Amino acid sequence: MTSDVQIPSAMPLYTDDDVVRVRAQVRQFAVEIGLSLVDQTKVVTAASELARNTLRHAGGGEARLQILQRENMRGLHLAFSDRGPGIADIGLAMTDGYTSGGGLGLGLGGAKRLVDEFELTTEVGKGTTVVIIKWKRF
Amino acid sequence: MEKIPILRIGKVLLVTIQVDMHDRLALALQEDLSERIVRDEANGVIIDISALDIVDSFIGRVLSNTAAVARILDAETIVVGMQPAVAITLVELGLNLTGVKTALNVELGMAMLSRRLRS
Repeated sequence: MTSDVQIPSAMPLYTDDDVVRVRAQVRQFAVEIGLSLVDQTKVVTAASELARNTLRHAGGGEARLQILQRENMRGLHLAFSDRGPGIADIGLAMTDGYTSGGGLGLGLGGAKRLVDEFELTTEVGKGTTVVIIKWKRF
Repeated sequence: MEKIPILRIGKVLLVTIQVDMHDRLALALQEDLSERIVRDEANGVIIDISALDIVDSFIGRVLSNTAAVARILDAETIVVGMQPAVAITLVELGLNLTGVKTALNVELGMAMLSRRLRS
């Protein structure tokens, strides 16, 4: 069973500076739940990739950060959502090296490798939401 | 707009990144560095990232591109001081920093450059 121990904090993602702020807030939560330094680095890096995707591909959106409590486990739940063009071919978008935005094409696939859970929902013309979870290891 | 300072030591340019860079700042650094290589006739660039908590694909690409541009301008770039957690994350992310030479710290980076200059 998953229950939230904290009201999700929504952060706007419309500028480069917003991406920096989201990174800092994710770091703070990662420290708070006691993630190791490597896991902190991984989740902040994943958040940075996804926040930039939201900004570059959809023109902006928001990030929702939440600390999860599941029995004796704590985790960090991050959702990045936009009302952008959506993704027509998810398989292609997840492929390393494929890019529609002039980047390296490592954002989605790379972010997925850095976290424990990854879920992408998208609808063409409506928008995209990517949810990631990083659990604290005991 | 804020800028990242570039120091010159002989023919080497030294950049110490001490802030969490937003993307525009990283691109500005790349441009500033290429201009300074030409103006100062530098043949080496050391980028100290020991204060960086993360290197994501964007910053990684900026480092690779900076090294590539510097090479065309006849200067060698060495990225120094990467934290172990950052290195682990980079590899998992799938980023291999193509063409970027690395050293553990500024001193070792300087030694690498002076070996290159002697040969």
